[in-house]
Amino acid sequence: MSPLVQGLVTILIGVGGCVGYFYLSNLVLDRVIFPARGPDPGRNISRANAVRPWLFLFPAMAALGLYLVYPVVGSFWRSLFDRDGDEFIGAGNYASLAADETFRTAVFNNLLWVLVVPAAATFIGLVSAQLTDRLRWGNLAKSMIFMPMAISFVGASLIWKFVYANEADIGLINAIRAALGADNPVDVLQIPFWNNFFLMMVLIWIQTGFAMVILSAALRGIPEETVEAAIIDGANPFQIFFRIKVPQIMGTIVVVWTTITILVLKVFDIVYTMTGGNFGTQILPSYMMGYMFRDDGRATAVAFVIMVLVLPVMVWNIRQARKELR
Amino acid sequence: MQGVAGHKSRLTWAVNLTVLALVVLWLIPTAGLLVSSFRDRDQISATGWWQAPFAVEQTYRMRADAGAAVQEGGQYVIVGNVFDSDGYAGAAGRVTGFGITGRDPAGFAPGAVADLRRGGTVSVQPDGAFRVTAPEDFGRRGPNIYFQAATPPRFSLDNYARVLGADAMGQAFINTLTVTIPATVIPILIAAFAAYALAWMEFPGRGLLIAAVVGLLVVPLQLALVPLLKLHQTVGIGQSFVGIWMAHTGFGLPLAVYLLRNYMAGLPRDIIECAKVDGATDFQVFTRIVLPLSFPALASFAIFQFLWVWNDLLVAKVFLPSSDEAKVMTVKIADDLLGSRGGDWGILAAAAFTSIAVPLLVFFTLQRYLVRGLLAGSVK
Repeated sequence: MSPLVQGLVTILIGVGGCVGYFYLSNLVLDRVIFPARGPDPGRNISRANAVRPWLFLFPAMAALGLYLVYPVVGSFWRSLFDRDGDEFIGAGNYASLAADETFRTAVFNNLLWVLVVPAAATFIGLVSAQLTDRLRWGNLAKSMIFMPMAISFVGASLIWKFVYANEADIGLINAIRAALGADNPVDVLQIPFWNNFFLMMVLIWIQTGFAMVILSAALRGIPEETVEAAIIDGANPFQIFFRIKVPQIMGTIVVVWTTITILVLKVFDIVYTMTGGNFGTQILPSYMMGYMFRDDGRATAVAFVIMVLVLPVMVWNIRQARKELR
Repeated sequence: MQGVAGHKSRLTWAVNLTVLALVVLWLIPTAGLLVSSFRDRDQISATGWWQAPFAVEQTYRMRADAGAAVQEGGQYVIVGNVFDSDGYAGAAGRVTGFGITGRDPAGFAPGAVADLRRGGTVSVQPDGAFRVTAPEDFGRRGPNIYFQAATPPRFSLDNYARVLGADAMGQAFINTLTVTIPATVIPILIAAFAAYALAWMEFPGRGLLIAAVVGLLVVPLQLALVPLLKLHQTVGIGQSFVGIWMAHTGFGLPLAVYLLRNYMAGLPRDIIECAKVDGATDFQVFTRIVLPLSFPALASFAIFQFLWVWNDLLVAKVFLPSSDEAKVMTVKIADDLLGSRGGDWGILAAAAFTSIAVPLLVFFTLQRYLVRGLLAGSVK
């Protein structure tokens, strides 16, 4: 059976199974376990209603538990064992990571990414949101800046590899350098330290649209009166933007910032595709892929380090969510 | 920008120009790849894609055919046209220079006469007509003629044909489709039921569960790889399509539940309470009222999940077998093409465009839902 047919069958089984499960489980609950008849139908109905939420939740909770909660524990546990998984070595994997120079480079680069990418994407996004808002062709412009969101990291890496290519007849960067009189083309992906920024550019290019769309919605939500009052008081456009508008959408800016931060900690595709982690551009997710399939102990240890880095944002997100629920 | 009447027009101009610059900057990389994917491979390496509409100057070599030599007034003469030779493909261009040695392939202007070392002459006209003369017979092989010609731009679908056929990108396209469709459809229903429970049913621990979903939104996938692959192997699924469908379903659920819950919680309370007063069960309220009303949120999530799965590299690398028949496009490009076809930009560009064409189509046709979903997920 070809995979495509198999896929269609799976859709039928998946969707049919879901509908069947929800329908039948509700039916069984109402007709068999707690039927609304007998000596005390009222009690049965309220019992059934107490159970029902869990019927609705069960498939999602089972899948989440198995595919996201269990791995956190499982990965941590696995990271305490050696390469083959037979011998318990405690923090041995973490110790050897700390001693590895590539790992330290990866952590350093990752911090650099976390500092630069969210800041740049949010800032450019904010500026373009403000600028496009009043333009007649603003929506078209937004669409164009937003477009890279649809492109895969691999596709984007290829697109930018083309811009960075080490020949003046192919790479735009080297073509501009040649036009300005430089003699030899340079491979920007091999310039120590700065090559990291050329890689970050790819992610900034992708994420700016995301920041722009959300911030532009937030800007539109600002009450007109505050802006009008500022105009009457004689504020210039820059003051209006930075002193009146930005403070009012600070909450949204933080959300955008943290969302991109989390993404940055997880994306391995760009480095993997463009440099393979060479020339001092290693970051944690791509460093982990190097150990994947070779040394599961090390790989899970790196994954857990990433988790620890994500943790503060996670805690902050949960707090915000709980605040909103109240 | 109202309050500053005097500066208004100048400021508007500045804004327009800045946005234009930004848009151009954002579009250029993609445009370059798109143009290159249609260009002839020789022309790609000869001039930059930004010169694609112009003729390309390239150097060619041909050998005058000794068999076509005729005797003419005591001399042996070969005449012909350089553009008819084997070394040259495509429409006739214009000769901009020619030569008789590889070291100096365009040393003579068209129309000039070059003297051969063994005696005799070569001349090439701008339209490509050449004339070789020699005092004696040419023997078996005629002399080499080098020429530089401005070739008209050539665009074709050759790169795509090569990528889809010989490089097995066609199979990878089908594989991507096979992975993406079930992995998009299956989580939706599972998540919708859970979202309804979290939005409209009262039970102890609801707040805690919502918080847990928010927390799971950011769990790095990297953590899941090793334990789950192990699990799949123990259960007997191993690296397979079934495995990747399940993995994507699990990984997509937090966002699905979160988005759908936010949307459903915003539905008007009256409708749902009226239905309940009229005797509808929760199951009926969900299927008859909430699910149809939540269509925009369902669409948003479907688009997200579709783009995410289609564009994914990490999960596909880990949960699918590494054999050629099961490779999806991202893996194919990242692991195969970039290695074996590293410098073949036409092929790479065509491969990249094959893989991003569908997401771009989805993006431009369904952008409205995408934006709505983004906003539901992050603006409060």
